Amino acid sequence: MLRANYILKLLEKNERIDGRKLDEFRQINIEKNIIEKAEGSARVKIGKTDVIAGIKMEIETPFPDTPNEGMLKTNAEFAPIAHPDFLPGPPSEDATELARVVDRGIRESNSIDLEKLCLVEGQKVWGVFIDIHIINHDGNLIDASSLASLIALMNTRIPKYEDEKIIRGEYIGKLPMLHTPINVTVSKILDKYVVDLTKEEEDVLDAWLSVAVREDGYICSMQKGGAKGLNVKNIDEMINLAAKKSKELRKLL
Amino acid sequence: MAKIKGIELIKDGKRLDGRKPLQIRDVEMKVGIIPNANGSAMVRFGKTIAVAAVYGPRLLLPKHLQEGDKAIIQCRYNMAPFSTDDRVKPGSSRREIEISKVIRQAFEPVLFLENYPKTTIDIYIEIIQADGSTRVTSINAASLALADAGVPMKDLVVALSGGKINGTLILDLNGLEDNNSEADMPMAFTANKKEITLLQMDGELKQEEIKKLMTEMFKAGEEIYKMQIKALKDRYSE
Amino acid sequence: MTKEKENGVREIAFPGQILGSKSEYLPSSGTYEDNGNIVSKYLGILVKSGNYISVVPLAGVYVPKPGDHVIGIVTAVEKVGWVVDINSPWEAFLSLSEGVEEFIDLKRVLLNRYYDEGDVIYAQILSAKRGDVQLTMKGPAFKKLREGVLVKITPSKVPRLIGKEGSMINLIKEKTKTMIRVGQNGIVWISGEKIDKAIMAIKKIDEKSHIYGLTDEITKLLSDKDG
Repeated sequence: MLRANYILKLLEKNERIDGRKLDEFRQINIEKNIIEKAEGSARVKIGKTDVIAGIKMEIETPFPDTPNEGMLKTNAEFAPIAHPDFLPGPPSEDATELARVVDRGIRESNSIDLEKLCLVEGQKVWGVFIDIHIINHDGNLIDASSLASLIALMNTRIPKYEDEKIIRGEYIGKLPMLHTPINVTVSKILDKYVVDLTKEEEDVLDAWLSVAVREDGYICSMQKGGAKGLNVKNIDEMINLAAKKSKELRKLL
Repeated sequence: MAKIKGIELIKDGKRLDGRKPLQIRDVEMKVGIIPNANGSAMVRFGKTIAVAAVYGPRLLLPKHLQEGDKAIIQCRYNMAPFSTDDRVKPGSSRREIEISKVIRQAFEPVLFLENYPKTTIDIYIEIIQADGSTRVTSINAASLALADAGVPMKDLVVALSGGKINGTLILDLNGLEDNNSEADMPMAFTANKKEITLLQMDGELKQEEIKKLMTEMFKAGEEIYKMQIKALKDRYSE
Repeated sequence: MTKEKENGVREIAFPGQILGSKSEYLPSSGTYEDNGNIVSKYLGILVKSGNYISVVPLAGVYVPKPGDHVIGIVTAVEKVGWVVDINSPWEAFLSLSEGVEEFIDLKRVLLNRYYDEGDVIYAQILSAKRGDVQLTMKGPAFKKLREGVLVKITPSKVPRLIGKEGSMINLIKEKTKTMIRVGQNGIVWISGEKIDKAIMAIKKIDEKSHIYGLTDEITKLLSDKDG
């Protein structure tokens, strides 16, 4: 609690406990294709937050309303290795929200050309499964997981499919990508806007807004969280900051 | 519900159900419909029907979940199996878990939770019929149910959806529009101060469009607010 | 408040309603202040009395306050006191020293000799902090209530049931030849002749607290036929 008060005291002076500026990310470290068994993968570290996204591709029956489109499914697991608060068991509410926010950023921006993933209309399509594994949680899981998922997708190869069988390890080409949405979560603490919160900063936040920004400037998904409200001016300023930071993060792709 | 490629959702400035772009559907609100609950309400937007019941504040068990200095809110949003074209499998889906969380957060800023240490205020929502905008319909119902339960509130919470179809900004998406929209943006806010307590968006919108849509949503929210007040007063009209 | 009209509904306030400014009125219960405004916290009856403005909730749970007189039911007998249900989100505890005046040798006496599970008591809230509610039986009014019938009403409507200087409750007692004790926690104990008639009147007040001319309506209800 003392530390929480200290964090707030520093923020009043536009300072942070680790010396960063309010709109400054921690060091971001990206590793691509770290998992040979996966069709695509990436590990993203933002400071001490460590996230792995793995892509598996499977043959699926398409949804009846999109018979000629591949499928996208995102799952997130807060493995108990990552934080003392994470317990074994079915996905928690927060893990479910994380998966859905990451999923929407990618889905709603039409990142993947799903029509190119149809094998037999109405019968057989490629399913793209994004699985997010949190290795260490020190805040900002949404941005880290979104970035890891996007980079993993950009490095995903489609396996060979022959005689009704997936030939793992042999590939016919890259996953067709159309767009690259970057997710930036801006938090409001007191009257300050702060990005890339550590876990202990998250514990004192008032509200957050996660914004997925596409390369053409379109906003493709938003999610508000936190126990306090935001006014229109807050939202506008938070989107501005997210858009600005998304340009910086995009350089890492 | 099926996604239809290239569907024209707006013709001659009118939507397929005859509404103008910024017109909300026919709305019905009724307070105090579940005698067993501390508070309850039904809200209908077009064919979307949400029923909300509030139980509590009541002692939260097991004990380790209690907060020593305030109440917590527990919320469950659930779709009745018969509420949609294809039967909804019973049990909480990931979508329902997420919606339950954002609805809970939509009320956290407005309740005087510190009055009720160690307790829970349970908000249970059943979607009886779904035709788009179910989470915002639920929030209007929950706002009324909380007031009906005598839970102290800073303000009522008003909610509606906005979006974009065929390049036009619209309000209160129905199911067909929801499935085929270019963007869908549910929002909840406190009636007086316009403090936004829920905001989500899916689709493609420019920042200017988001701003413009919010302005229109606040305007239409005034109407919904008046309906909430009327529904509350009607509860005690005699 | 303006004079009671013959009939009709009293003014209903709703949560978030701005009731007036602090420069005109003094805020009282059921309201909060925001930017110089007095705002309602509840769906309830608006009461303006002198300069004071308050809202009496039409529903809600009982929140214990020190000094409140309540009626409770003993739900458990423990080693050093009794657990009491006081119709509130929190259980109350009556400790040995607050429950019994005489010295008790715990080795020889069972506590259920004083209050047993199911006993109804009229007690006072001694303290209520962070969900920890303590009761006391010290004072001449506080005792075990024997026989009688219990009725629950909305706790916020207790003042309405009692009426100005006890006018309403005395009317019911007199017309139904009953003894009535009202706990501020919304539990009412009734004993005497026409208990069913008294219950009817009490329920009516609970349901119709928001209308004008309630006293007349209750008088009429109690005078019907043989009263």
